[in-house]
Amino acid sequence: MFLGFFLALRQAGVKASLREFLTLQQAMQAGLAGFDAEHFYFLARATLVKDERLLDKFDQVFAAHFKGVLGPAPSGPEAVEVHELPAEWLRALAEKLLTEAEKAEIEALGGFEALMETLRQRLAEQQGRHQGGSKWIGTAGTSPFGAQGYNPEGVRIGQEQSRHRRAVKLWDQRAFKNLAGDAELGTRNLQIALRRLRRFAREGAAQTLDLPGTIGATARNAGYLDLHLVPERHNAVKLLLLLDIGGSMDDHITLCAQLFTAVRSEFKHLKHLYFHNCPYERLFTDARMRPQDAIATHDVLHTYDHNWKLVIVGDAAMSPYELISPGGAVSYWNEESGQTWLGRLLAGFPKSVWLNPVPERHWVYAQTTRLISEQMEGRMFPLTLEGLDGATRTLAR
Amino acid sequence: MRFEGTRNFVATEDLKVAVNAAVALERPLLIKGEPGTGKTVLAQEIAEALGRDLIAWHIKSTTKAQQGLYEYDAVARLRDSQLGDARVHDISNYIIKGKLWEAFEADTAPVLLIDEIDKADIEFPNDLLLELDRMEFHVYETSQTIRARQRPIIVITSNNEKELPDAFLRRCFFHYIKFPDRETMQRIVDVHYPGISHMLVHEALTSFFTLRDLPGLKKRPSTSEFLDWLKLLLAEEIGPEILRETNAAKLIPPLHGALLKTEQDVHLFERVAFLARRG
Ligand SMILES: Nc1ncnc2c1ncn2[C@@H]1O[C@H](COP(=O)(O)OP(=O)(O)OP(=O)(O)O)[C@@H](O)[C@H]1O
Ligand SMILES: [Mg+2]
Repeated sequence: MFLGFFLALRQAGVKASLREFLTLQQAMQAGLAGFDAEHFYFLARATLVKDERLLDKFDQVFAAHFKGVLGPAPSGPEAVEVHELPAEWLRALAEKLLTEAEKAEIEALGGFEALMETLRQRLAEQQGRHQGGSKWIGTAGTSPFGAQGYNPEGVRIGQEQSRHRRAVKLWDQRAFKNLAGDAELGTRNLQIALRRLRRFAREGAAQTLDLPGTIGATARNAGYLDLHLVPERHNAVKLLLLLDIGGSMDDHITLCAQLFTAVRSEFKHLKHLYFHNCPYERLFTDARMRPQDAIATHDVLHTYDHNWKLVIVGDAAMSPYELISPGGAVSYWNEESGQTWLGRLLAGFPKSVWLNPVPERHWVYAQTTRLISEQMEGRMFPLTLEGLDGATRTLAR
Repeated sequence: MRFEGTRNFVATEDLKVAVNAAVALERPLLIKGEPGTGKTVLAQEIAEALGRDLIAWHIKSTTKAQQGLYEYDAVARLRDSQLGDARVHDISNYIIKGKLWEAFEADTAPVLLIDEIDKADIEFPNDLLLELDRMEFHVYETSQTIRARQRPIIVITSNNEKELPDAFLRRCFFHYIKFPDRETMQRIVDVHYPGISHMLVHEALTSFFTLRDLPGLKKRPSTSEFLDWLKLLLAEEIGPEILRETNAAKLIPPLHGALLKTEQDVHLFERVAFLARRG
């Protein structure tokens, strides 16, 4: 049943759905993977991964999960009788893993009962074939695929029968590594990033009267009025952008600012403000941050209501006191700590994200990054395509 | 009947598995990959291998999902009514069948290619979900329901210009055409130019992969460019020894215009080659 594999994939961020999982089983039943471990790998890949950026992750999970299986067949408690479990695990699985949309989809398929009935039938078929000695069924009435992974007696992995023996397993070659989405934003990705932001801008746009459409439809309708609406070109989304300027992050921040400026025409409201290292009681309307550019953070909180979405861009790395103690700011005396001010901003703008140009794997090394990331409650995203996706999705929710 | 590639098309093992899964389980197959890696010809080859007709629907930025079902030509009808044509009384005279309708009507299930689906509006794939799932749609003007006699084999290609919706993706099998390695490329050359000198191909492959691996290229040459270039080499009777010399001297290969399509890339190559020669 590869349940473990499925769960591991989901955990690693390859969000295969139950539907796809069932498709894979269906494909196995249809004998599409034959006797060959490599074919099974191809089949699972074609069924469960729909984004080339996730192929590398898939390979890693596959390698990790099926590594031990190359040894002797699992026996004892390892070789779980999956046949008795479906009702429980399916429900548990659904509760744990499915999004509301997926749950709705299952309802549309006839609900869990129907789904489980199908599953039961499939398992029965499998059992039936077992008597006939199907190649997928191992010995002693065990399912070929224990909950822990797969049984080499069902699929002859790495044995002479395998048609394509290789020194390095395909999934260990990590051929899709350079397609992974966690590469930093470069010029190549900029284009795509722009598109994502545009799409974000257009989502949920309001409807307006489509005059040409209405005239056309009315004419077609022999003169009876037929109103047509179209989504408005500009989105009502209001974005407040806070940029950390000055210091090592300048290049990245500039890049990010350019990104948002490029899509500015798509947003009806987009406002830039600047800060250095950490936002305190003053923010700046100009990147030069001269005294005359200052604007009180309180005023910002009152000018832009909670319908504005807040995007903070910065590396979140500074000396700890800059964040946690009053008077810690580098450029002037702050009465209250950066943490306090950040808290105010987050309270004022319930829809907020932090974009961090530093690669995610380095975040743990800076104490303040950890603190801010905690304060953001999981809404700090790396400045990568994936991060941008996550951020816009969070903001749109 | 299994798809095993054709005499004109080299299919890697993973591609075959994906195609056969899509055919057997009657789900659409989504194909992505660099430009020129054979996404579009694949559908043609599947049709040929399985003895089916090919119905190709090439998508443009203005294509609407509805056009794949049918269109109502109101303008023609209006004109006919002005001219007093009797046809005007039967609305079905103005219903123009789309590619999906054609595919649904066929006697044996054809291969339906939806080429470059990402060119269309973001909503396009969603607008086709129901029709592809149920394999039926309704014609409001004539109150007919068009149902597929058999589920066509659906191949969809994308160049990644837009993300496709999750609900759509969940229904497909997916295959990403990895750029062919040397060995696969050799086989592709063999199907296109049987009997070509192996020495020539060997040297050409070396030039090609060196060039492709150049960091910073605006447009990396792909399978189709390589095949075009080989054709030129053959036509100009440029032999392997010339390629070997240019390779060894780190010079830009002859007729490079077929491989590098922009001035910038040619300059880049020359700059890097210059540094390499000095170094
Ligand atoms: N595996 C292959 N076997 C044989 N020929 C191939 C193969 N891959 C590519 N080609 C050749 O490369 C050329 C380009 O193929 P095709 O037009 O299908 O690419 P594409 O991926 O659709 O490109 P684009 O993204 O630009 O539309 C064709 O002439 C085709 O014959
Ligand atoms: Mg094409």
